[in-house]
Amino acid sequence: MLTTYSPVEMMVAAAARILEDKKIVFVGTGMPIIASIVAKRLYCPNLLIIFEAGGIDPLLDRLTVSVGSSYTIDRAIMATSMDYVMSLAQRGYIDYGFLGAAQIDRYGNINTTVIGDWRRPKVRLPGSGGANDVGSLSWKTITIMRQDKLRFVDRVDYVTTPGYLNGPGSRERTGLPINTGPYRVVTQIGVYGFHPETKEMMLLALYPNTTLKDVQENSSFKIIVPEKVEVLDPPTIEELKVMREIDPAGIIIPRR
Amino acid sequence: MDPDEAREWVRKNKQREYISKLMSPSEAVQKFIKDGSYVAFGGFGHVRVSIVIIHEIIRQNVKNLIYAAKTAVHDIDLLIAAGCVSRVEVAYAFGHELRGLSPAGRRAVETGEVEVVSEWSNAAFEWRFKAAAMGLPFLPARVIAGTDTFKKSSSKIIRDPFSNKPIVLIPACYPDVAVIHVHRADIYGNAQILGHTIMDFELARAAKRLIITTEEVVPTEEIRRQPYQTTIPFFLVDAVVEQPFGSHPGNMPYIYAFDEEHFAEYLSLTKTREGTLQYLQKYIYGVEDFWGYLERIGGYRKLKYLMDLEKKRTEPIYPWVE
Repeated sequence: MLTTYSPVEMMVAAAARILEDKKIVFVGTGMPIIASIVAKRLYCPNLLIIFEAGGIDPLLDRLTVSVGSSYTIDRAIMATSMDYVMSLAQRGYIDYGFLGAAQIDRYGNINTTVIGDWRRPKVRLPGSGGANDVGSLSWKTITIMRQDKLRFVDRVDYVTTPGYLNGPGSRERTGLPINTGPYRVVTQIGVYGFHPETKEMMLLALYPNTTLKDVQENSSFKIIVPEKVEVLDPPTIEELKVMREIDPAGIIIPRR
Repeated sequence: MDPDEAREWVRKNKQREYISKLMSPSEAVQKFIKDGSYVAFGGFGHVRVSIVIIHEIIRQNVKNLIYAAKTAVHDIDLLIAAGCVSRVEVAYAFGHELRGLSPAGRRAVETGEVEVVSEWSNAAFEWRFKAAAMGLPFLPARVIAGTDTFKKSSSKIIRDPFSNKPIVLIPACYPDVAVIHVHRADIYGNAQILGHTIMDFELARAAKRLIITTEEVVPTEEIRRQPYQTTIPFFLVDAVVEQPFGSHPGNMPYIYAFDEEHFAEYLSLTKTREGTLQYLQKYIYGVEDFWGYLERIGGYRKLKYLMDLEKKRTEPIYPWVE
């Protein structure tokens, strides 16, 4: 049976399929929450979800407006503090960090602070929140965001959250934990990884309705395209159903 | 602040005596929050946050506050909308999480009315409070390294003398005043938070002055019955203010949910300066106190609905969804 789906639904499904069972994911506001719940419901029942305000493994049945709300401690195994969960991250317990972003560059450096000049910005964004911590301390960081030439930029206006900084070795040289860094970037066009040697962004998968041309036309930097690029299956009916259940008001998943 | 200076301050100014600190919101603000004070609010910006004290600061027209925006949401936004803040240290501000960017906060920074003086991450801010809480000048940490957030903070990077690896040093932060909203407290200030404590365990010890606002005042025997629930002991506390629904329109875990209708009205009105004034007039300047505000937002019927929502007896609505 053919079903129609929106780009957002494709992104959430693609992201949900990245997460693994028996791992811990530290989630940021919005799409990361929906994708993590979809993953837990359908593919990895033992995925543990952690929120920055202190909620550990709540039984989420709804999208939450805030990563610090009651939902984040709803039937949780622990309701603790920012210090506690951030220390867990620094100690090495967080397998996946899962973030959104306003701008990203080829090395996966993220900006969520300002568009334009820092002193007198064109657009003032909220800042790091917990994003820098998640991007610094998680073993693997996944970013989910819209892709276009203004968002995939040669240099981000401001580095809020570290990717591979200036390339191979620069995370370690600055004191960030070793063997950490950006792992996947999920957009409405495809799924990207990072080249094992150069640490530059590299296409991994397209969607049924996106092309190589879309990839480059929507980026200000050159994205590495390997010989073999996977094409992901569209969202399944189960995935779409769970997304709708979690977000019945259509805050992120558009209602039809 | 030097740690010895901070110790001396505690020795001279912190009461160890069991005396009632119960007072009205207006007295608490008059006594402890001055023009130019460095303030930090507990909770999570729109979760378990003392909106009752935010309103009173606005009503008393306190000016030039320096704000610790460690996940500041509706708290800082109201203060900025009313012109009470001049400088901000930012981990998270000017946004309403999933509700989008806040028009009042953005406008203030983009026009230069409010100055961002430094940038932090949430963990970095939390560990600034933790350093102060421990009476230390700084804590080493492995966040913010290599980023512009590090450059815009006042952190340093040194070689760890044990391993020779680079390590970031996060400076302690001692706010002049912290305001923390809790589920229950006694008249002396012994305070219990149900659910996640966010940064408040550390913030309470970092701040010089501490105002506790509480959903209810309970007898000390009640506190002593469950001492493992106590987050803040009385000798850290300078004022206790009782205000049920004091976090409205924010969420208070286990008691009431977000008032999304109210947030929608706020975010829509604050798109313009005229609308902002209209909001402040209707809900803050135009009422005598927080009880008057609670009446104006819909009184008993609305509060009952928010309590039902928190117990999941009804589905939430999100009028700000486009």
